[in-house]
Formats: sequence, C-alpha cells, structure tokens
Amino acid sequence: MTILEQIITIGIAAVVTMLTRFLPFWLYPNDQKTPKYIHLLGNFLPPAILGILVIYCYSDTLTSVNLATYLSVIAGIITVFLQLWRKNMLLSIFGGTFCYIILLALF
Amino acid sequence: MSRHEVFHFALKKTIPIMTGFIFLGIAYGLYMHQQGFNVIYPTVMAMTIFGGSVEFIIANLLREPFNPWPVFWLTLIVNSRHLFYGISMLEKYRNAGRQKKVLIFGLCDETFSINYAIKLPSNVNAITFYFDVTLLNYFYWVLGAFLGGLLGQIVVVKLEGLSFVLTALFLVLFVDQLQREQSHFSSISGIITALTALLIFGHNLFLPISMLLVVFIFSIREHFWSK
Repeated sequence: MTILEQIITIGIAAVVTMLTRFLPFWLYPNDQKTPKYIHLLGNFLPPAILGILVIYCYSDTLTSVNLATYLSVIAGIITVFLQLWRKNMLLSIFGGTFCYIILLALF
Repeated sequence: MSRHEVFHFALKKTIPIMTGFIFLGIAYGLYMHQQGFNVIYPTVMAMTIFGGSVEFIIANLLREPFNPWPVFWLTLIVNSRHLFYGISMLEKYRNAGRQKKVLIFGLCDETFSINYAIKLPSNVNAITFYFDVTLLNYFYWVLGAFLGGLLGQIVVVKLEGLSFVLTALFLVLFVDQLQREQSHFSSISGIITALTALLIFGHNLFLPISMLLVVFIFSIREHFWSK
C-alpha cells in the first residue's frame, strides 16, 4: 500500500465510525420531535446494551474455552459479589481485577 | 459544584477506564509497532477512528493490498452498535449545545456506559460531566496508543490480566442497573440474545445481531402492549 492508500483506508474507517455515531442525532435533531417509538426504544435499550457488553467482554474467551475462561468467570463472580456486598464501584472493579491477575499468576 | 470539582468527579468516575484504556492502548501501539508501523500510525488511528476493535482490524488490513470495501463493511458491522448508543443518548445529549459534537464524536462503549448509568448529584451540570468523561476517555486511549507505539520493543509490558478492568466495569454497571430497575425485562433480554447470538453467529457478528434482536423483542412487546 502507498501512503495515500493507507490514508484512504484509515479515512474510510474513521468516517464510517463517525457515521454510526452521528446518524441517530442527524435523523432526530433537537428542533424536530422524535417519534414516540424511537423515544421508547431509547429508554428500553440501555439495560439490554449493558448486558450485551458484559457478554461482549467474555465473547473471546467463551468461544475458545480454556483455563483463562474459568479464571475470568471466577473473577467476574468475585466482582459481582464485591459490588453486592460493599456497593463501591471502584472497590469492586479493582478488587475483581486484582483477583484475576493473582489467579492468572497462580495457575 | 464548581467547574473544577465536576472535572475531579469525572476523573474519579473514569479511573477504571483510565487503567483499561491506557493498558489496552499500549498493547495496541505495541501491536502496530510489531506490524511495522511507526508511532504516528497508532496515534493518528486512535485520534481519528477512536474505536479499539476496528483499529486492530485496520492494522491487519493496512498490510494487505489496497481494497476499500472490506474496510467499509468491517467497520460498519463492528461499529453499528453505536447507532443504538446514539438512540439511547438522544435525550441526555439534547441540550448540549456546542459540546454536542464532541459528545457524539467520543461516544464509545465505555463513555456511553458511564454517561448513561451515572446518578449525578443535583448540583452537577450533567452536560459538563458528560463532556469531561468523553474527553478524558478519549485522552486515555490516544495516550495509551501513543505510548505503545513510542515504546515499541524497548519496554515489554507484562501485566497480563489488567484489561479485566473493562470487563469488571461493565459487570458492575450491569449489577447496579439490575438493582435499580423495577423490571428486568430489558437487561435479561440483552444477556439472553447476546449469548444466543454468540453461540449461533460467533464472535464477529453477534454484536449487531443481538442489538437488532433486542430491538425486535422491544417492537413485538410494544405492538402487543399498545393493543
């Protein structure tokens, strides 16, 4: 690839990515009333998206199960437990990550 | 809360993302270095694309003969999830004024999750907080990519497992969501569709498919509810 072709390649990825981010805001700008369906959809989606993102984080390891898969699931359970117990986000996140790093080092 | 205090509040809320992004950004920069690209490449790609998974994909495509179509389609498929973040943030970003373009430009998974899930004290200007979170996350990622590309093979970062902070972040936000909501219908449908789509379509395609399935489930429910 020449430099120009590289610039075009990166440019396409950047423009398409921005398109996916800006499109909803272009379709439903401030002054225009958003359709009720889109409004309701926007309220419905976020909890589902958070669930999908959790699975997304595990998707690599779930599709090729190995020792790290089990360790990351255990660390995930510890994270959830910490959150339910102390309700301190930073503690849960770093506590869970710390456990994962220790588990990886041990096994 | 003063402007300065809001920034500190945003800084505190993004500490896990700082850890994850700088670590992953360095990994990305190192990867680019190993592929034979100098520090300018990961830095510019982090600044212009600002989407981790696509940046790794493009890194591979840059080494192949020039062909714009796979670049277009792969980026569209992997990043189509942003459409759903946008639909979800239409209301919250509505009155952002001049800062709106920046908020939309930087709407990645992590920024969306924090800005959607945050319960702000009443004395905090929401848009200012969203803006700071967006810029901080952007800065962490670009800084990481730059450092990774710069360090190259000089320093081999050996802290396996640190990227788990982002998994833990989404887990904690999801648990928090489950505890706050009255109906678990949306959350549960997200988990179930994602797992099903992952098993059937595999890890490259399951993201957009599970998002579409959730929209489908929502439409069916609305249809029968409104009758």
